[in-house]
Parts: sequence; structure tokens; C-alpha cells
Amino acid sequence: MKRNIILFFVILCGFVLQTTLFQALNFGGISPNILIIITVSYGFMYGKKCGMIVGFLCGMLMDIFYGNVLGFYALVYLYIGAANGVFHSIFYQDDIKLPLVLILASDFAYSFTCYVLLYLLRRRFDMIFYFKKIIIPEIVYTIFVTVFIYPCILLLNRSADDVERGDNKVV
Amino acid sequence: MSPVIKRKKDKFSIPSKYMLLILTCICVALMAVTFFTDYSASPLNKLVGYVVVPFQNGVSRIGSWISVRMDELGELRIVLQENQELKQQIDELTVQNTQLQQDKYELNYLRELYKLDEQYSGYEKVGARIIARDSGNWFHAFTINKGTDDGLAIDMNVIADGGLVGRIVDIGSNWAKVDAVINDNSNVSGMVLASSDNLVVQGSLQLMADGVIGFGQLNDSQNRVEVGDKVVTSNISDKYLPSILIGYISEIDQDANNITKSGKITPAVDFEHLEEVLVILKTKQQIKD
Repeated sequence: MKRNIILFFVILCGFVLQTTLFQALNFGGISPNILIIITVSYGFMYGKKCGMIVGFLCGMLMDIFYGNVLGFYALVYLYIGAANGVFHSIFYQDDIKLPLVLILASDFAYSFTCYVLLYLLRRRFDMIFYFKKIIIPEIVYTIFVTVFIYPCILLLNRSADDVERGDNKVV
Repeated sequence: MSPVIKRKKDKFSIPSKYMLLILTCICVALMAVTFFTDYSASPLNKLVGYVVVPFQNGVSRIGSWISVRMDELGELRIVLQENQELKQQIDELTVQNTQLQQDKYELNYLRELYKLDEQYSGYEKVGARIIARDSGNWFHAFTINKGTDDGLAIDMNVIADGGLVGRIVDIGSNWAKVDAVINDNSNVSGMVLASSDNLVVQGSLQLMADGVIGFGQLNDSQNRVEVGDKVVTSNISDKYLPSILIGYISEIDQDANNITKSGKITPAVDFEHLEEVLVILKTKQQIKD
């Protein structure tokens, strides 16, 4: 229960910060993708199901505020969350390489999907431009921010898990 | 009691692949519903309005407070330096001033002819503050801190700096989403003020980097449209009120078909540094009645 409240709080914080603080801290109009960090982290920390739900909620939030159709971003994030759940079995808390690689790959997948579905289909063919101008900078910035945000998420969840396990502990 | 019910530890749970399928179906269904009908999820809009918007409001207020303080500190040093330079300038300017007074008479006359602002000062407007921006990097939309409670509605036009910013496309009780005209998927029917030729202003992410918007389908067979001409919203648009300034033409090219022209417009609004906007409390449909 406590984990769910923390989860809800993390998503809300992530969204609020992404739309306010990180929009103000943008570099050349590019801001990092906090929601993907959250989705991916929960995906490989707690498995497929958790990743799916977190992705769905994050995407839904984006859809309600900034989407043209309801459910588009929810679908993209849903699959990213589910895909990252597969890596739950090789996840170790002390290892930061796996999260970085996964977030990098996921952010690329997300940006590329957005480009294909929202731009390429409207005959915006200059792929190189969008890669140079949007996708690569966003990935770099997101990875940079991950280095600071991922430990926070990890710490938050470790403490929450400790409390839950502590209830059953026989001292 | 049967032993089946007694087993409490076996919680009801769905295998993850079915859950993926179910959630996918929900998403697809929602997309279909919102795409094919006008349903815009107003209960959801209301709900998130109460949960998210207060936070965004608070964070953006703190942010702007800090940035104002930072600016003040930075400016103080510059101001002192400027003060000295300005004193020197005063002397030069006094000389120039005499010359300019002569030009003023001419300017006043031209201004009379060029009066555009008057046309939309008649609309009732309400000010709003931008509290959040699009979370992705692909589109240029933002959230303002007023909604249906303040009398706003979908399709109301939003202006700033005397130029067109966009229109409201989604709304909750205390927030509204504004789609900017520089958005890649936005098309606005516009008009060249000098020659009354219609054109379509098309937002483009590629041109946004240079600070301009594209336009196309300008039918100007007599070559009357020139660089520097004012472009305003046209009266045949069904969403935008007529004669709102969009920007100035900065480049014109002949299309390959030799009939229409396209080019670039420098917008009147500085989209990078928008903080406060004005919402016109009238939609095009209302005016017709």
C-alpha cells in the first residue's frame, strides 16, 4: 500500500517537474524526459506488470494534458514499461549501467515512435534534421538527468521495501 | 464454507500478457473514441485539474519568483554601467532630437492610415499565466491557469504582445491547453493586410529553430505582396477572429507550380519567452450570431 502511494507521488512529481522546472531548464528548446526515466526504472525494478501500470499512468497524464487523442502516449509508454519488465531478472540494485542503457534505448524507442507516427506520416521526411535537433539532444539530456534522478527513485523504493519487509521480520 | 474461499493468500491476479492485452485494448478504444467523436474526456480533465494543476501553479510561481530575483541581481551591475554610457548618449541625442521632430509629423499621418490595433481592442479579454509547457519536445503547447470557471471555452483565441499565439484546444475547470500557431500540426488561414490575399500559415518544427513560421498557398498573380507585409488572420477562418496580427513576411518563394507562392513569416509574438497571455472571450461562432 505504502509503495503504491509513493509510486503515485513519484509519477505526479515527475510530471509536474517535467512540465515546469525542466521546461525552464531547457537547452535549446529541449527538455529531458522524466516520465520515461520513471517508467523504465519501475519496469525493471518490479517487473512487467508494475512497468505496464506506471507506463500507462504516465502516458495517460501526458495524453490528458498535451495529447491530441487520448491513449496514444499511454500506449507507447505502456509497451516501454512492459518491455523493460523483461529485464527484471538481471537487475541488481548496485549496478547503474543497466538502467542507463535501458533508459537510453527506451528514450530512443519513444522518440523514434513519436517521429514516425506524428511526423513521418505527415510527410516530414527530413529524418536527419529531427535526429540532430530533437532525438539525440533529448536522449543525451535525459541520460544526464538520469544520473541524478535514478538514485533518488532507488533510495525511495529501497526504504519503502524495507518498511514492508520489516513488518514480517522476526527479531 | 468451502476451502476455496478460505485461501486468502491466493490473491486474484491476471497474467501479465493478458494485462498488456487489456491495457492495449483500452488505449486503442480511447484513441478511437477521441479521434472519431468530439468527446474530450471532460471528467478526466476535471479530475487531473484538481490533482496536478495546483502543483504546477505553485512550482511555476516559485520558479518565476526566483528568476525575477536573479534577474534583479544581474541587472543591478549592468544598470550601473549603463548609466554612465547613457549620460554620454544624452548629449548626442539632443542633437538628433531636433531632427526627429520634423519626421514626427509625417509619422503621425502614416499611423492614422495604418491603424490596426483598434480593430481588436474592442474584444473583451482576460489575462492568464502560463504554468506549464508540453512535456514532450515534439509540439509547442502550454497550459494556462484559467479554465471554464473563469469563463473560458474551447476555440477561444489567445494573443500576446499584440499578436496571435494560438487557440484553446482542451479545457478543465481551472486550466486550459493552448496550441500555438508555430506547432508543427497547426494551419491557420491568414491574409496579407496590404493586398487582402489569402494564405495558409503552417507551423513547422524545422522552421521554429530559425524563429519563423512557414506559409503557403498564397495566390498572388500580380506580385503585389512584398517582404515586410503584415499578415493577419483572415475572415474566412472558422476558428480565429479576423484581423489578429500573426507576423510579417520575411521571405517569399514562387512554388514549382508557378501559381502559388510560399515563404516564411516572422511571428509578432516571442514564443520563447511567453509568460502571460490574453484570452479573447469570444469565439468566431459567437460573433456570427
